[in-house]
Amino acid sequence: MSELCPKRLSRRRFLSSVALTVLAGSAGPVLARSYVGGNLPWTSYAADPPRQVMPGGWKFFTEQEARTIEAIADRMIPPDGLSIGGKEAGCAVYLDRQLAGSYGNSSRLYTQGPFLPGLPTQGYQGADNPAQIYRKGLAAIDTYLKQNKGGKAFADLSPNEQDAFLTDLEAGKIKLDNDVDGKALFNVILGSIMEGFFADPVYGGNKDMASWKMIGFPGARYDYRDHVSKFNETYPHPPISIASQPFWAEK
Amino acid sequence: MTKILPRKDVVIVGLGWTGAILAHELTEQGLDVLAIERGPWRDTATDFNIGYVQDELRYGIRRDLFLQPRVEAMTMRNNLSQTALPMRDYGSFLPGNGVGGAGVHWNGHTWRFWDSDFRIKSHLTERYGAAKFDGLQLQDWGVTGEEMEPFYDKFEYLAGISGKAGNIKGRIQEGGNPFEDSRARDYPLPPMQMSYAPSLFADAARKLGYHPFPTPSANLSKAYINPLGIAMGECTLCGFCERFGCANYSKASAQTTILPVLMKKKNFELRTDSEVLRIDLDGSGKMAKGVTYVDTSDEEYFQPADMVLLCAYGLHNVRLLLLSGIGKPYDPNSGEGAVGRNYCYQTNAGMQVFFDDKNFNPFIASGALGQTVDDFNGDAFDHGSVNFVGGAGINCIPTNGRPIAMRPVPPGTPRWGAKWKAATAQAYKSTMTYSSQGSSYPTQGNYLDLDPTYSDRFGRPLLRITFDFPDNDLKMSDYVSDRMEDIAKALGGRQYNGARRKKGWDSVPYQSTHNTGGAIMGTDPKTSVVNRYLQNWDVSNLFVIGASAFAHNAGKNPTGTVGALAFIAADAIRTKYLRNPGAPLVSA
Amino acid sequence: MMKKLSILIAFGALSISVNAALADSTDLADRVINGRYQAVLGDCAACHTKQDGQPFAGGEALQTPFGALVPPNITPDKETGIGNWNEADFIRMMKTGTGHDGIRLYPAMPYPAYSKMSDRDLSDMWAYLTTLQPVKNKVVANQLPFPLNIRLSMWGWNLLNFDPQPFVADEKQTAEWNRGAYLVQGPGHCATCHSPKSFLGADKDSQFLQGASLQGWYAPNITADPHIGIGSWSEDEIVTYLKTGSTDKTIASGPMAEAIAQSTSLMKEQDLKAIAVYLKSLSPGSTDKPTALKADDARMVAGAAIYHDTCSACHGQEGKGAMPLFPALAGNSLVQQPSPETLAHVVLAGSQAVYTPSKQTTPAMPSFAWRLNDQQVSDVLTYVRNSWGNAAAPVNASDVSDIRGSAQN
Repeated sequence: MSELCPKRLSRRRFLSSVALTVLAGSAGPVLARSYVGGNLPWTSYAADPPRQVMPGGWKFFTEQEARTIEAIADRMIPPDGLSIGGKEAGCAVYLDRQLAGSYGNSSRLYTQGPFLPGLPTQGYQGADNPAQIYRKGLAAIDTYLKQNKGGKAFADLSPNEQDAFLTDLEAGKIKLDNDVDGKALFNVILGSIMEGFFADPVYGGNKDMASWKMIGFPGARYDYRDHVSKFNETYPHPPISIASQPFWAEK
Repeated sequence: MTKILPRKDVVIVGLGWTGAILAHELTEQGLDVLAIERGPWRDTATDFNIGYVQDELRYGIRRDLFLQPRVEAMTMRNNLSQTALPMRDYGSFLPGNGVGGAGVHWNGHTWRFWDSDFRIKSHLTERYGAAKFDGLQLQDWGVTGEEMEPFYDKFEYLAGISGKAGNIKGRIQEGGNPFEDSRARDYPLPPMQMSYAPSLFADAARKLGYHPFPTPSANLSKAYINPLGIAMGECTLCGFCERFGCANYSKASAQTTILPVLMKKKNFELRTDSEVLRIDLDGSGKMAKGVTYVDTSDEEYFQPADMVLLCAYGLHNVRLLLLSGIGKPYDPNSGEGAVGRNYCYQTNAGMQVFFDDKNFNPFIASGALGQTVDDFNGDAFDHGSVNFVGGAGINCIPTNGRPIAMRPVPPGTPRWGAKWKAATAQAYKSTMTYSSQGSSYPTQGNYLDLDPTYSDRFGRPLLRITFDFPDNDLKMSDYVSDRMEDIAKALGGRQYNGARRKKGWDSVPYQSTHNTGGAIMGTDPKTSVVNRYLQNWDVSNLFVIGASAFAHNAGKNPTGTVGALAFIAADAIRTKYLRNPGAPLVSA
Repeated sequence: MMKKLSILIAFGALSISVNAALADSTDLADRVINGRYQAVLGDCAACHTKQDGQPFAGGEALQTPFGALVPPNITPDKETGIGNWNEADFIRMMKTGTGHDGIRLYPAMPYPAYSKMSDRDLSDMWAYLTTLQPVKNKVVANQLPFPLNIRLSMWGWNLLNFDPQPFVADEKQTAEWNRGAYLVQGPGHCATCHSPKSFLGADKDSQFLQGASLQGWYAPNITADPHIGIGSWSEDEIVTYLKTGSTDKTIASGPMAEAIAQSTSLMKEQDLKAIAVYLKSLSPGSTDKPTALKADDARMVAGAAIYHDTCSACHGQEGKGAMPLFPALAGNSLVQQPSPETLAHVVLAGSQAVYTPSKQTTPAMPSFAWRLNDQQVSDVLTYVRNSWGNAAAPVNASDVSDIRGSAQN
């Protein structure tokens, strides 16, 4: 999840060039919990943007796990004429940072017991959070491949073998040990890889807005009034992301 | 040790749409009003900063603005033969949180229910005979469409709804919805500039003899100053509407329509990050004496008040009534008791049409920019030859092109790999979608109560939802899906793909956050929880305001009706209740 | 008999003089009401009342470049306020800068401006102050470092910079103009912010109201300069701005927002009109309109891209804005001031619009400090200041970094 920039809670004071009758600042700290008879609570500099993920190093994955995920990403989103592959797009970096945060530890979800087996209509009832799911799941995949694919890691299989494995995993045909549900695991991984591919690049994936360029999504733009009536016409502007744009630099 | 606070005239639980409307109205009356909101303060420039509000992962997928299940979850099952389990993450519906509530991040479809909804039992009995809806627990609401009309008008003008009226003072208006009830005057703003997909949809619908009209929208078509003197902006069609706050003051919410005036009042106080645990009753059990709440330091407080207004969202309203021991809980076996009764949802189905030669620019969108066909909604058509009651609006309102979630591919396409990618790149801009939003009628077995096993972080039992789609509703939905296929054929794409509603309500994929009922309004205290003014039958200084009051759900979004009911309650409190506080407004 | 007569005559004389003093006012109630209005004109609450604090019981510390000064408690409390003062003390303080017991005030208290006020207005103001609720709040006003904390040094400052002159009406001008002049020069003390300052901190009278930097905000030129002053504003626009906080083009925020909310929006319509008439007569000085930067300048090209992607959804592709929510940038004199301080501050920190009873929305500009670096802020401001007919000096990245550094705590 987005790492949060600290809110600026300072009261504004205007510094004067001389001892001037300059006025005290805006409303009090936003975190105050009781408001009576004032302007809308507002604090200058208050903002809570996502912090740009910087690639380099793994915060959650081991090297081996990262290799596996990168290889999976490159099969789910193979490099071709339409776009770079999932690995180059940074899907594994994205997922690594997510698993190191509140997505990984399910801190937003309801995790009280008892954990009972449920119907498909009742959603996930397991006790494992995504961090645990990935730890167990990737280990189970490694174990399976060691036993069934001549001791090779997923990243070392040929692309065809990788595709075949993933296809079987998706179909529920792979029996993984440790009671890991292969089909469910596949769905979790697929969802995450796709998120990493299509999310704003600020989160570490979708490098250079590759997916958005591929499909023609203009990204973080906010005003389309001048194009709405141009039925069937391609939108002429390139995508932009939440982070600062390269074409904002002086040339 | 519970700390006892100084008394207030009115305590309002929750500061969303209904809380803000009631707070404004009652402070205008001179009352000393306190609103207690579980979530945080939310303000446009800070929390919906135009530089980072366009974040699909954060707001659309991780749902930063919504109620987090850790704070409050609910359990669900389809019927009594199942054991309810917690929705550990919300899916099918997504309750809101914080100041402004879900009104911050809704889409903005703003409807009026019809007289044939408010008097549904009488109406259907007259037209078809009671046997037609055997097995459904339909009830009249205790108000008529005509009585509701001025209050709908009030909400629509507060919010700056952009649309074209279909029936003004009995005269059908070209370009509007010919099936709607008569209204006194048009919407405050004209319809929005229409985008491509809904325009094509409307053409196809017209070819079939249907009557498409622009969806009444709380995304404003023009700059506007509402009756409170608050300025709102013109929607810029950004495509980050539902699940997102609006960065430029152009989506109606408590923030954009009420709060700048309300927060200024010396007789209004807001406490945020404070959760109400229960409503406390006096020794007789007939009057509320205040509420008990907890703040983020886990301190417990008793807030005495002369009136309590439950404005916490329909589902939370019902849960708080049950937790507070107010009223008789509904028993699905006997059908007795009223609290939790007539829980309803929404019966939706979808349609995709794939083209080779069109570019819909799906990212040019707003939450309510689209076209609706009401020809098959409610009782707008003669049900004599079909075996169900109710109906659905068919809506072509493509709200976004946000690619994590919105990247349709033709059926049979693999979900990954080179073929997936090629299909996605081709279909992203050349696919249009529309859907049916159908009525949801009550049954004896669909209800709300407290879960026997699972509890929240304070140890209070979670709300348990027992719900499945009645056969009636599925037949209705199938029928409308057939009509959607007719439209798909008329559109003439390469192929189309419909998703029909099936038995076994699945709590995982998102469908709708239109949870209604559980504290319904009516004329009989045995089968309703509040009277026509939303005053609780059992506790006269308690009003319960929200879609919890709906005796059934129509094929329409609830917010317009919720807003109108809030104004009805406010009006009743100001003009009737305060003359004789504590007395019931309607004799049981 | 004669003794009695002389005493009677003495009493008579006394009562006559007292009556003469009260001859202009009808009764105490009228004086108090007028005095309260004088306090609005002078905006005393701005300094002497804390946010959410007791009225006039002492304000927030003013961080001056010389150190901290805290506006004192001016409620009638005997121990911690001015309960021991009398009217003569008060009038002398306002006119000479010398307080009770001879203590000299620093011109943070703008006595050079208030000294122009009439005896009558000051007397009424005093009458109002005596009706305030006394509040016990001890304020240590002087927190300047040595040697500035020695108030006697004000004697030297006054000698150099302060020449108390009561306001003198200009017979060649209309009564309305003179009223405006009185308000602007006297209780309104506009020059305190809007006139540039000398090294010692006195107003540069030769550049009266031509704009001044307030370390993070720039109080704009409010002379009749057609480009950067209010020369192109109509009198109605000036009145509307002061009364409601906005015109068709622009909305007040920052320090002026508070001056409007607490002072000018509460002024009588005819006084606002008089201020407008006066301001529009003020000599603009010798500023020539600069030449706008060309659109192909590297800074303009970069700024245009930033503007299109970041700003145009609210402020419009052509800078026309969308009032009453989003100010117009095209043709807006506030955007073309010599100093970009206010613009940089608003872009970095955001800003909330003023609240007045007729303009209640208080829309806010979001903060962009997290998204735009100093170069980008300077480029987009350069673009805005030189597009759509605007022309003003380009902005440097170092200007922006100064603002960013000084304004954040």
